[in-house]
Amino acid sequence: MTAAIGISAVRKTFPGAEHPALAGVSLDIAENEFFTLLGPSGCGKTTLLRIIAGFETPDAGELRLGGVAMGTTPPNKRSVNTVFQSYALFPHMSVAANIAFALEMLGRPRDAIRARVAEVMRLLRLEGLGDRRPNQLSGGQQQRVALGRALASAPKVLLLDEPLSALDLKLRRDMQIELKRLQAETGITFVFVTHDQEEALTMSNRIAVMRGGAVMQVGGPAEIYDRPADLFVADFIGEANLMPAVLVDRKGPQGRFRLTGSDALVVANDAGTIGVGEPAMLMVRPERIGLGPLNAAPCDVGVIALRVDALAYSGSDLMLHGALADGTRLRARLSGAAAGDAAVGDTVELIVPPDAVRVYRP
Amino acid sequence: MIGQRTHKIVQTAPTMVFLAVFMIAPLVLMAYVSVLERGAFGGVAWGKLTGVAYEKLLMEHDLLGNLVFNGDYISIFARSFELAAITSALTLAVGLPTALYMTTLAPRRATMMLFLVTLPFWTNLLVRNFAWILILRNGGQLDRFLQGTGLTRGPLDILYTPVATGIGLTYSFLPFMILPVYVALQRIDPRLIEAAFDLGADRLRVLTRVVIPLAAPGIAAGVVLVFVPCLGAYVSPELLGGGKSLMIGNLIEAQFGASRNWPFGAALALVLVGVLLLSLALLSRLQRRTRRTP
Ligand SMILES: Nc1ncnc2c1ncn2[C@@H]1O[C@H](COP(=O)(O)OP(=O)(O)OP(=O)(O)O)[C@@H](O)[C@H]1O
Ligand SMILES: [Mg+2]
Repeated sequence: MTAAIGISAVRKTFPGAEHPALAGVSLDIAENEFFTLLGPSGCGKTTLLRIIAGFETPDAGELRLGGVAMGTTPPNKRSVNTVFQSYALFPHMSVAANIAFALEMLGRPRDAIRARVAEVMRLLRLEGLGDRRPNQLSGGQQQRVALGRALASAPKVLLLDEPLSALDLKLRRDMQIELKRLQAETGITFVFVTHDQEEALTMSNRIAVMRGGAVMQVGGPAEIYDRPADLFVADFIGEANLMPAVLVDRKGPQGRFRLTGSDALVVANDAGTIGVGEPAMLMVRPERIGLGPLNAAPCDVGVIALRVDALAYSGSDLMLHGALADGTRLRARLSGAAAGDAAVGDTVELIVPPDAVRVYRP
Repeated sequence: MIGQRTHKIVQTAPTMVFLAVFMIAPLVLMAYVSVLERGAFGGVAWGKLTGVAYEKLLMEHDLLGNLVFNGDYISIFARSFELAAITSALTLAVGLPTALYMTTLAPRRATMMLFLVTLPFWTNLLVRNFAWILILRNGGQLDRFLQGTGLTRGPLDILYTPVATGIGLTYSFLPFMILPVYVALQRIDPRLIEAAFDLGADRLRVLTRVVIPLAAPGIAAGVVLVFVPCLGAYVSPELLGGGKSLMIGNLIEAQFGASRNWPFGAALALVLVGVLLLSLALLSRLQRRTRRTP
C-alpha cells in the first residue's frame, strides 16, 4: 500500500535564517492514520505542515501524496485541507457559507452543497448556527466551524496546526475526543501538530518527535513513552528521572550500574552497548518506581535511598521529591499510596525494577 | 455619569467648533444668499428675499415672457454625475490592481510606491492639467507615440473632448482611490487568503470571494473620495474639456465670476450638497443591506 503522505529527505532553509527549519526529514504516514508531529517551539512542525499543504516548497527532497510527487503543485490543487491555529474563518461569510466554500470551489451542484453542509453541521454539532457570522460564535464553536470547513470537501488529508491551543482545558478535552471520533468516522488521514505531549499520547496512532528540524523518533505512543530513542525524547515526553551512573558489571544484556549521585546500585535489563567502567545516563519514569522496604532478595533489583524534601498528594497517587548526594533530583509517583506512607525529612527506599530502566550514552 | 458626559463634551469640543465655524456657518450663509435678490453689479441685495434662484434651476422666461421648462441645468447635473461615476469606475479599475500589486511588495518598496503615488500632490493641479494638454493635444506625446508605433495614422483629436476630461480627472483622483484601497488590502489577514487557496480556490476566486469583499469598506471609501470632489471639479473640464461642455463645478464658478449671479450659484451649490448627501445615505443603506444577507 502506498503511504498517504510520503516525505523523503525534505530540507528547508528560510532566506536569511542561520539554521535550517527542516534538516532532512523523512516520514511515511499511512492512510487513515492519526499522525502527530510533536516537538518544542521552533522545531519545524508548522514548516513541515506548510510543505505538505503546498504553501512552501522544499529546498531538497520530495513530497508524495497518495504516491504522486507534488513538486510545485499549488495548495488549491492538493486534496489536503488545513485547520489553522487561528481558525482563519472568513469573517464576511456566514457559518454555512464558510463550510460550503470548498464545495463551491469544486463546482458541486447547489443541492448537493446544501445537503453536505447540513450533514457536516450535524457531524460537528453546529445545528442552528448556520446563519451566524464567525465573530458571533464562541471559541469552541469557531473551532468546530474551522474543522467543518476543512472536512466538508472530504479531503484525503487533514492538517491540524495546534488546533486546540486556544481552548480552555475542559473544552480542549472535549475536542480531543471529538477529533478522535471525527477521524474514525471520516477515515481521513489526520496530521496533527501539538507541543503538548500528553495530548499527543492520548490521541495518536503514531507520533513523530521533532527537534531542531529533524525527526528524533517515530512510533506509537507506548513505544515513544516506554522506549524513548534518546535522552531528548525521554525528557520531552512525560516525566523522566535522569541519573548519571557508571556500569559496574554486566551479564549478557543485563547491566549493573552505580549511581554517581549516591552509592546505590541499579540494575537495567538492557544496558545497550555500554562497556564496564563507562559512564551512562539512566532514565526511569516516576510511576515505575516503587516504595521499599524490599522483601525479596535485593541482588537483581535497584534500591535507592532518598531523603524526601517535598510531597504532593493528589488522592490517586503520592508524589515524592528528593535529591541524591550530588544534587540529582528524583521523583517517584506512588499510586495507591496513602498520604501517611512518607513524610518530608524521611529517608525512604525506592525500588527500581530492572525492566523500567533505560540506558543512554550521556 | 455627568462627569463622563462633560468629559466627552470637552473632548469633542474642538472638532465641534471647527465644524460649526468652517462648515455649518458657510452653509447657512450660502442658504441665505441663495434666497436673496442678486445685486445690480454682482453680489447680493441683502435683505430682499426671493425664490428666483431656485426657479431658474428648472424654468426660464421665453421671448414672450412666459415661464417655461428648461432642462439645461438638469442635463449639466446629469452629465457631471455621469462623469463622476465614470471617473470613479476608471480610478477603481486602475487603482485596485495597483493597490493589489503594492501589497505584494517588500515593506521598503511599498513605502516607496506610496510616496510615488502621492508625488503628484506636490505639483499644482493647474500645472498638472497643463501637462496633460501637452500630452493629449494633436501632435503631442501621445499622438507621436501611437503614430510612431503604427497604432494610429492621423491625430487622435481627443483634447477638448469629454475623453480628455475623463483622463485628466482619473489621473487627478487616482491617489484618492489607491490609498484607501491599499490600506484596506493591507488589513486583510494573509491567513484568510491562504485558507481560501487551501480550500481549493484559484487566484481569481480568492480575489472575488475573499479579497474584494474584505476590502469593500476601503473600495467604498475610495469611491466616495473620488466621486464627491469629482462632481465639483472644474479645472480638468475647463482646461482639458475646453470648457465646451459645462460641469456643475464650472457652472457654479461662473455664477460667482463672469455671470455675477451669486444667489443662483449658491442655490446650485446647495442642491449639489443635498443630492450628494442623499446618494451617500442611499449608498450606506445599500451597503448595510448587502452585509446582512450572507
Ligand atoms: N517565514 C519564515 N521566515 C524565516 N524563518 C522562518 C519562517 N517560518 C519559520 N521560520 C523559522 O523556522 C523554524 C521552524 O519554524 P516553525 O514555524 O516550523 O516551528 P514550529 O515547530 O511550528 O514552532 P511552534 O511550536 O512555535 O509553532 C523557526 O526557527 C522559525 O523561526
Ligand atoms: Mg507552529
